[in-house]
Amino acid sequence: MSLAAAGGPMGEPMGAPVARLEGVSLRYGRRIALDAVSLDIPGGCMAGLIGPDGVGKSSVLSLIAGARAVQAGRVTALGGDMAAARHREVAGPRIAYMPQGLGRNLYPTLSVAENIDFFGRLFGHDRAARRRRIALLTESTGLAPFLDRPAGKLSGGMKQKLSLCCSLIHDPDLLILDEPTTGVDPLSRRQFWDLIGGIRAGRPGMSVLVATAYMEEAAGFDWLAAMHAGRVLDAGAPRALLERTGSESLETAFIRLLPEAARAGHQPVTVPPRRDAGEDAAAIEARGLTMRFGGFTAVDQVSFRIPRGEIFGFLGSNGCGKTTTMKMLTGLLPATEGEARLFGEAVDPRNMETRRRVGYMSQNFSLYAELTVRQNLELHARLFRLPPAEIPGRVRDMAERFELSAILDALPDALPLGQRQRLSLAVAMIHRPEMLILDEPTSGVDPVARDAFWRSIVALSREDRVTIFISTHFMNEAQRCDRISLMHAGRVLVSDTPERIRADRGAATLEEAFIGYLEEAAAKGGAPAALPGPAAVPPPTGPAMPARHRRFDLRRLLSYSRREALELQRDPVRATLALLGSILLMLVMGYGINMDVENLSFAVLDRDQTVTSQNYALHLAGSPYFRERAPILDYADLDRRMRAGQLSLAVEIPSGFARDIARGRPVQVGAWIDGAMPARGETVRGYVQGIHQHWLQVKAAEAPGRNGTASLATVETRFRYNPGIRSLVAMVPAIIPMLLMLIPAILTALSVVREKELGSIVNLYVSPVTRLEFLLGKQIPYVALAMVNFLLLVLLAVTLFGVPLTGSFPALAAATFLYVGASTAIGLLISSFMRSQIAAVFGTAILTILPAMQFSGVIDPVSSLEGAGALIGQVFPTAFYVTVARGTFSKALGFAELQPAFLPLAISVVVLLGLSTLLLRKQER
Amino acid sequence: MRLPATLANALHLGVKELRSLLRDPIMLVLIGHAFTLAIYTGAAAMPSAVNRATIAIVDEDRSPLSARIAAAFYPPTFLPPVMITQAQMDARMDAGLDTFALDIPPNFQRDLLAGRNPAIQLNVDATRMTQAFSGSGYVQTMVMQEVQAFAQRYRGGEVPPVDLVLRARFNPQLEKSWFGAIIQLINNITMLSIVLTGAALIREREHGTIEHLLVMPVTPFEIMIGKIWAMGLVVFAAATASLFLVVQGLLAVPVGGSVPLFLAGAALHLLATTSLGIVLGTVTRSMPQFGLLLILILLPLMMLSGGMTPFESMPAGVQWVMQLAPTTHFVALAQAILYRGAGLPVVWPQFAALLAIAAALFAFALLRFRRMIGETAG
Repeated sequence: MSLAAAGGPMGEPMGAPVARLEGVSLRYGRRIALDAVSLDIPGGCMAGLIGPDGVGKSSVLSLIAGARAVQAGRVTALGGDMAAARHREVAGPRIAYMPQGLGRNLYPTLSVAENIDFFGRLFGHDRAARRRRIALLTESTGLAPFLDRPAGKLSGGMKQKLSLCCSLIHDPDLLILDEPTTGVDPLSRRQFWDLIGGIRAGRPGMSVLVATAYMEEAAGFDWLAAMHAGRVLDAGAPRALLERTGSESLETAFIRLLPEAARAGHQPVTVPPRRDAGEDAAAIEARGLTMRFGGFTAVDQVSFRIPRGEIFGFLGSNGCGKTTTMKMLTGLLPATEGEARLFGEAVDPRNMETRRRVGYMSQNFSLYAELTVRQNLELHARLFRLPPAEIPGRVRDMAERFELSAILDALPDALPLGQRQRLSLAVAMIHRPEMLILDEPTSGVDPVARDAFWRSIVALSREDRVTIFISTHFMNEAQRCDRISLMHAGRVLVSDTPERIRADRGAATLEEAFIGYLEEAAAKGGAPAALPGPAAVPPPTGPAMPARHRRFDLRRLLSYSRREALELQRDPVRATLALLGSILLMLVMGYGINMDVENLSFAVLDRDQTVTSQNYALHLAGSPYFRERAPILDYADLDRRMRAGQLSLAVEIPSGFARDIARGRPVQVGAWIDGAMPARGETVRGYVQGIHQHWLQVKAAEAPGRNGTASLATVETRFRYNPGIRSLVAMVPAIIPMLLMLIPAILTALSVVREKELGSIVNLYVSPVTRLEFLLGKQIPYVALAMVNFLLLVLLAVTLFGVPLTGSFPALAAATFLYVGASTAIGLLISSFMRSQIAAVFGTAILTILPAMQFSGVIDPVSSLEGAGALIGQVFPTAFYVTVARGTFSKALGFAELQPAFLPLAISVVVLLGLSTLLLRKQER
Repeated sequence: MRLPATLANALHLGVKELRSLLRDPIMLVLIGHAFTLAIYTGAAAMPSAVNRATIAIVDEDRSPLSARIAAAFYPPTFLPPVMITQAQMDARMDAGLDTFALDIPPNFQRDLLAGRNPAIQLNVDATRMTQAFSGSGYVQTMVMQEVQAFAQRYRGGEVPPVDLVLRARFNPQLEKSWFGAIIQLINNITMLSIVLTGAALIREREHGTIEHLLVMPVTPFEIMIGKIWAMGLVVFAAATASLFLVVQGLLAVPVGGSVPLFLAGAALHLLATTSLGIVLGTVTRSMPQFGLLLILILLPLMMLSGGMTPFESMPAGVQWVMQLAPTTHFVALAQAILYRGAGLPVVWPQFAALLAIAAALFAFALLRFRRMIGETAG
């Protein structure tokens, strides 16, 4: 069944469908997000999707925008199948998509102008066009005075306007907005919709598709589809929906549209008056509460007094200081100025007794997602030190009261928002607190669950006389409070009963009254909240974007590079860690990895005690490698000292040593080497053998009857490239490749995964940028950074470590360029498997350190490796680069001699980039 | 009265950490990998110092003696020698193809038999430190043995009057894999304990659950202890299993001393490293920063602790600084106990140092953690 879009019973004029869903289903793992949805969305008008969080609104929007891959069914938008890559290429640039979350597609460290500029470049506008458009868009949205402000420091409303500017830069035919006003103050919300209205007036053909949780807003749209549990309940003009359900408000209409099961038990909320208003002692009292973070005043001189059992509401937009105030009340944040008192006592974070009288429900219902419902309840009961015997009963009571009994063994993340909210409340109530502090407990929850929640709250207040301090940005919820405070920009604008606030301003609704206060505050503060007449400026209809879509566009690629470089520049922590980190590690490893085995301790057990035996011992002690320790007394002493690791070598000279030598009888000298560290043991063995041979020669030469030459032949050993046999000369050129693998790979992997985690990856999904452009664009700044890194490391090697660069610097630099190309590409490749930043960091470290350190000839030559290690050593780029680094540093080589190493490096760059491109997804799945 | 409550809270919070970890498949895989495959491959791939060394021979003599010398080099110590000309020698060494090049001059055999003490030239690529040192000694000894044996047949001569009998204690064959397995185990204990604790703290901060804890009657001390004992226990259990099953079982590394004593040392070490994890979790704002900082801390801890190269050969300054690192003492005591079979009378100084470091790190972590909680801003 397709819910007819056109006409509707009222016969409103509506355009042909701009998008059509036919039997579309979508699953995330086992969860069904959309269940065989069929829907025609009319074009050329304001179409809306209504419903709470998690019903499938965002899924529908992202499918139509092409940001998410179609799993089942058929999605048509702008006259083509969105499952076809060819159509997406053509239609993509005509669609603008603003994902959910304030400024999710923006880059918080970039300024307003830079953000818009980035999107302009992505869509291929030249400099003049970009400048013109930035001016026009920021002018019409009132962002013009803030061109240089970082997006992250804008208020919620301004972020959404900026996001809109970025979406509008390419004159879309279809504008898709996913909850654009959630959490934004009412004034900004009104301005936002006025702005959209103005744009539509300027571009009448444009279709707008909006998802929203605010029913008041939706009432003004041309067409609505109500959604619930992955299905469409009904669709049509708002008036038609009201008439069909016989309701007065959309909220009621929505509840009546819900299936019987979901509606079951729903009753409207009624708030009985408080019994003994005004007589109680204050449960909460705040006097001149102020909180400053650096130069920013988050909360400014807030005062209120809440008597016991009252429901007190805090109303305001995101970031107005509600949460900060609540944190000060709970003692989570010490107030900069002023005083907060709970139950007549000053808030003291160390006072465990007060904590037991307060229940706190933080924003987003922060529960332990890894614990089941029951485990969450039990943990909190135990931490509040309920007697163990009482806990099972109390958990059962809470589960019954908040209807959680059926889901006690489920994990919170698997639950719908409404149930999670009830669990959160149950957790906050488990220890029977006298006061509840609830921070936006109802955001995103469906109306039925919200009403149920409010009934619990009212019952707690009126029956159990629990004081309720609640913050919200829903006006109808504010109306249910005994008293409310309107909060904006850290200040309380007014504090009274909702009815009196409305009446005082002579406004029709509370929202009107709030907007009135906001405008007054803005005018007083001279803030730019008062915009030029919103609809005054029609949006730019400049030259349309380049019609043909190029397969590879340098401009798009560079726009990503430029942006990445800017972000890196603004995030000094990452950049300095990358540069300073490599220098620190170079110092540590250069000085620390010392292959020179020196100062070996040895001792002698001399049972002969003759001149000859002492001469033998002296011979050892005279070597620069050995340090003689006190003589060994007996075998027990030898054993004890070797076990303690005090001796690397113990020598036993038998009694009769001198006598037997003189008589030409065979003699055996015993030597024990500490084999606990095999590499050292080998070296010791070599040294001892050498010294022993030498002693024999000297002895033989001294012997009577021989004429000098003792040996038959000589082996002349020449240590090449490193005549001093210094570890540093050998190690430093090998450490540089290790560092240039590890750090660039991690940084690059992070840069991609960061976008996945923060949400701006959506710009890859919905803009014309190709996968290769995206990857190369992100890679370039990190290659540049790695080259700077390389120069610093070489400088350090030559100056501080005194390792001469004897060969061709250009050859080394060229190989480095290829090599860091490969190491950054490894980062890109790894990023395609990783979803979280932490996984990217560790995954990359694990996957690069072992092959770089152990299998690439840094310590042991590749040819000496066996098994898998040997195989890795033959393909891993570090192995080839180590050859070049050693060749240029120590062996005085240049391009000609090192040529064989260049080709594998170049091939690895191409292969790695190719793989990364293949594995990167252009749509979310 | 106060103590039981603290203990109870720490216990509940720790159980919560364990349950969280149990539902984190990536971390579980990481732990599993680190204590099985990583140790096995790390140990198995470790060649002994001179293993499969590349050698080239320039034979200008072409006599029975030179052929005999060439035949003396064979796997596994050396790869079969490559016979080259003098002209090729430099280029091959430049390209890193050969670590050793032996140049046997013309008329070598004749000169030898004539007692003219001829010289063989041995070229060593000294940029390959591990093989250059002991390898050149090897080559020298082998050449001389061949020469001696050859000369004896033709000239007759005396046996060297003094014989040197060399024995390596604790590891008679100087098997590097024995060493590698234990070092890998130690490195992974260090790495995982820091990662798990730091990540547990940052995860809690990112999910906002830490605030949730702080409004309850729970002190920062209890929260921190909860994380430390839980994560320490996980690593401890995994390391113990790995020691028995992988190191002693699969790799058949003989353990000389008391395993319980080693485990006691490991527990102390874990107290230090988990505290370090907390410190890192408090000084970094986000996971990526934590990751980068971790690498900066972890690599020196692993490379300079005496696990990779002999501690006594490091510069004095580095040795001094590394005395402050828990790994230095842990590596020392692990080697003493596991290889040399040392007991507490021998390794008590390491235990004392480890205890002092762990206590200091713990105190510092608590200080940092308390301060971080004071700063927890929205």
